[in-house]
Amino acid sequence: MIGQLRRFLQRFLALFRSPAYDGELEAEMATHIELAIEENLRRGLTPAEARRQALVQFGGPARSREQHRDTRSFRLLDEMSQDLRYTLRTLRKDRSFAIIALVILALSIGANTAVFSVVNTLLLRPLPFPDSHELVWIAPPPTSCGLSCATYSSDAYEEFRDQSLAYQGVTGYEAFTTPDNLRLTGRGEPQPATGIDVIGNFFQVLGVRPAKGRLFTADEARGGPHPVALLSDAYWRRQFNADPDIVGKGIELSGTLVTVVGVLPPTFDFGAVFSPGAKVDLFTPLSLDRQRNWGNIVTLIGRLKPGVTTSQALEDAERIAPNIYFNTKYPETRGRYKGRLVPVPLKDYVTGKLHNSLIALWCAVGAILLIAGVNLSNLLLARAAARGKEFALRGALGANRGRLIRQLLLESLVLSGAGAGLGVVLALGLILWLAHQGSLALPLLSSLRIDTQALAWTALVASVTAMVFGLLPGLRTAGGHLIEALKDSGPGAGLGRKNQRLRSTLVVSEVALACMLLVSAGLLLRSFLKVLDVDLGFEPDHAASIKVEYDDSAPSSEGSQMKRSVIFQEILERVTAVPGVEAAGMADYLPLGPNRSWDTPVPQGQTFDPGQIPEPLVYVVTPGFFRAMGIRLHGRDFAWSDGPSSERVVVINESAARRYWPGEDAVNKILMRGTEQNRVIAVVEDVHEEHVETALGSQIYYPMMQQGPNGAQLVVRSKTEPSTLAGGVLRTLRELNPKQPAAEFRPIRMLVDRAVSPRRFFMLLVAAFAALGLILAALGIYGVISYAVARQTREFGIRMVLGATPALVRRIVLANTLKLAGVGIAVGAAASVVCAQIIASLLFHTAPSDPATFLLVILLLVTVALLAGYFPALRATRIEPAVSLRCD
Amino acid sequence: MADDKLDLLQGTLDLMVLQTLAAMGPLHGYGIARRIEQVSGDTVLLNQGTIYASLVRLQQKGWIFAEWGTSDNNRKGKFYSITKGGRKQLLADAAYWRRLNGVMGRVLALDTGAKQE
Repeated sequence: MIGQLRRFLQRFLALFRSPAYDGELEAEMATHIELAIEENLRRGLTPAEARRQALVQFGGPARSREQHRDTRSFRLLDEMSQDLRYTLRTLRKDRSFAIIALVILALSIGANTAVFSVVNTLLLRPLPFPDSHELVWIAPPPTSCGLSCATYSSDAYEEFRDQSLAYQGVTGYEAFTTPDNLRLTGRGEPQPATGIDVIGNFFQVLGVRPAKGRLFTADEARGGPHPVALLSDAYWRRQFNADPDIVGKGIELSGTLVTVVGVLPPTFDFGAVFSPGAKVDLFTPLSLDRQRNWGNIVTLIGRLKPGVTTSQALEDAERIAPNIYFNTKYPETRGRYKGRLVPVPLKDYVTGKLHNSLIALWCAVGAILLIAGVNLSNLLLARAAARGKEFALRGALGANRGRLIRQLLLESLVLSGAGAGLGVVLALGLILWLAHQGSLALPLLSSLRIDTQALAWTALVASVTAMVFGLLPGLRTAGGHLIEALKDSGPGAGLGRKNQRLRSTLVVSEVALACMLLVSAGLLLRSFLKVLDVDLGFEPDHAASIKVEYDDSAPSSEGSQMKRSVIFQEILERVTAVPGVEAAGMADYLPLGPNRSWDTPVPQGQTFDPGQIPEPLVYVVTPGFFRAMGIRLHGRDFAWSDGPSSERVVVINESAARRYWPGEDAVNKILMRGTEQNRVIAVVEDVHEEHVETALGSQIYYPMMQQGPNGAQLVVRSKTEPSTLAGGVLRTLRELNPKQPAAEFRPIRMLVDRAVSPRRFFMLLVAAFAALGLILAALGIYGVISYAVARQTREFGIRMVLGATPALVRRIVLANTLKLAGVGIAVGAAASVVCAQIIASLLFHTAPSDPATFLLVILLLVTVALLAGYFPALRATRIEPAVSLRCD
Repeated sequence: MADDKLDLLQGTLDLMVLQTLAAMGPLHGYGIARRIEQVSGDTVLLNQGTIYASLVRLQQKGWIFAEWGTSDNNRKGKFYSITKGGRKQLLADAAYWRRLNGVMGRVLALDTGAKQE
């Protein structure tokens, strides 16, 4: 038994020292034969006969060797390890081939691994919640009135929760939180923090368990006597140095002592799921009662009962929608949410918009792999042509065809395996970088990682690449006629010509694929440029914003309005005085961020059908805001004299003006809010409120002196780079209010950049892949043309002897190149037309058949092809006729 | 069928090698092969080359070991010796063979009688 085990081990170990074994055996056999010859000589045989008999007695050294190998090790494995050693040796010998192949494979496999990780995280993998398929997002179909249309009142939430039958639980969060809405004090300088109010059962419905402490109790959820908070894992680590005893401690948030009841697990990242690109530091229970009269404020998220489908949930919602009140105090608000309660899988809400982009990205990276594979095939074929003789010789010496194919397959497996290894390292770097792109407004990015699934995918991709693209040249080479190959002395006849045809076909397909990639990238690039060109309605450059802390507490709302007015006026006066500041103003919400609407003003003397009245987005601003933001205005700006007791004044945007008074000048017209008259003092241009790319809706601006703002963002316009003002502005704010936290001074350009970041991200990736494809295609063309020139050396020599000029030879080579590229471009352009239709939904103000893009791509491909063909052409003209005729 | 025969031969050859080494002391491959041929009256081995597979197998099982040395006529060669474990194995195998031999003899004798019946 022990002997068996020992032997197995030895046989296995023998795999690794095959050459040593072979050497010893050869020496032993040689001695054996010599000894036998000596003995035979002693027996009186002639030397020749003695040798013959010795060999006969021994009985074939080859067989003995085989037997020895079979016995001492495992035959198949031994052969494989032999092949492997051989492969490594040949690859080492042909270093430039190995390096090029490795780089190509590493880039393409790395890109595939990285994109798979992104696709897997965003599309394939379920959301990071238990039984996440049960979670639904409940909102109306997309409309133009922003977040306020996607949210519900306290009453509506309770009615929906109590009447619907489809859910295990319904929850939500306060949708109108702005970044840095809180201030952490009592620990040195006041620090800004972002907190969000969630309905008490929020974490229970999502299935998130605290890492430390506990979730909110029912009492706390109702807005109990003691304020409590849950910390996010990142905030706990960053702000509290991962204090292990944080639970139960009090922290001072915006002047209130709040008890930390727990810390959430690191796997829970609110921003990553619900608000891409944003970070949320802590969670506080939302008091439904306190916000009962504030209108639509909460989003709805539900957990379906097991087995309930989304369509059943929709039926259920349609059944109860007519009974749901906006505010139970007002019977006329019953049924306001008809058609506005549509559950969709939470996953679709989070990543649905990205579906098409991601699929396009996946296709692009697949195309890259295809191009890389074709290139690898091409390289292997070129090598195979040079190695045809070697294989023919091995065949003649008894290696069977299977063994030769196995050898070639192993070569491409080794290459793609090493390429995959490098590729994973590349992908790891890329993914790590991506996961830390906080400003990239893509969901779930923080949970990006190379997991076992991604590794399995990589292994699959690598081995399929090796099989498909390694086997083709393998069959070609090993299938060649022995005699023909042996006679074929290098680049010349037979196998060479067939190879050349196959290689040309491969290059044509490469060019076609690269063409498709380039057209797609070109269309996306053009769309991106068009997006950047969109008139946002404001000037994002040379402006920055900072969240301002103020204390307007007063016994009455008039009192706090007066107080606020004084504070804001002072802040703006002082900030405007800071050197370099051109203009300053404040607003509670900035464009391209969260927004809200709160009622439906009606032009005086007009009636609208219900549902026809625009629900404008509301901004509460100070005088000077329009100038600071660079929003053009027709009429007069708000003035500090527009106080609480003077006439109510508003500013509306052009879209609203067109809806309310089509064809008329809206300035000085009256808008009715219930019975309250509001004079329109100016019309401003439309500002992109939510996305750069979406259509514009109605907007209305109220002065901060007459309406309560939800916080204040100070916007500063400067003559120079706004970041240079950060210190001065913050110092001024601190002088006025020592409690002002060191909030971030955000360039307005950043808001725009964040808003267009997903598009830029996809565009850049596709463009990078297209560039890679172009390089690979150029490499392919170069390889084939070089090889063709080498084969035609003699022909060119003869031509030149007969009087052909170098220019003519160059023209012949370049014409061949163009023929190759031309076919590829023609096929590619035709395929691109189809391809462009598929990505049409991703384009912005760009026709899928955009002639400029197509033309530029074709031009680019032709140029690159000519460049790739130019160097071999140059080499062809340098052929020495005498040398070429001798060369064989 | 052919495989069974080969197995039997292999086992037999290993036993012969062990016995030869036990009896003669260290020998090289040629020496072992010749010795077995001589003892068997040149009937056993089809070819001497097969001895090396047997030698490597026995070595891997730890029953013999090899070292490089010089033979009487000053030729470098690998000399094989039996190990302690090899001797033990030899005893066991030899006993087994004797028993098998006896049984086979008796069975074959019986067989002939049965056929004639």
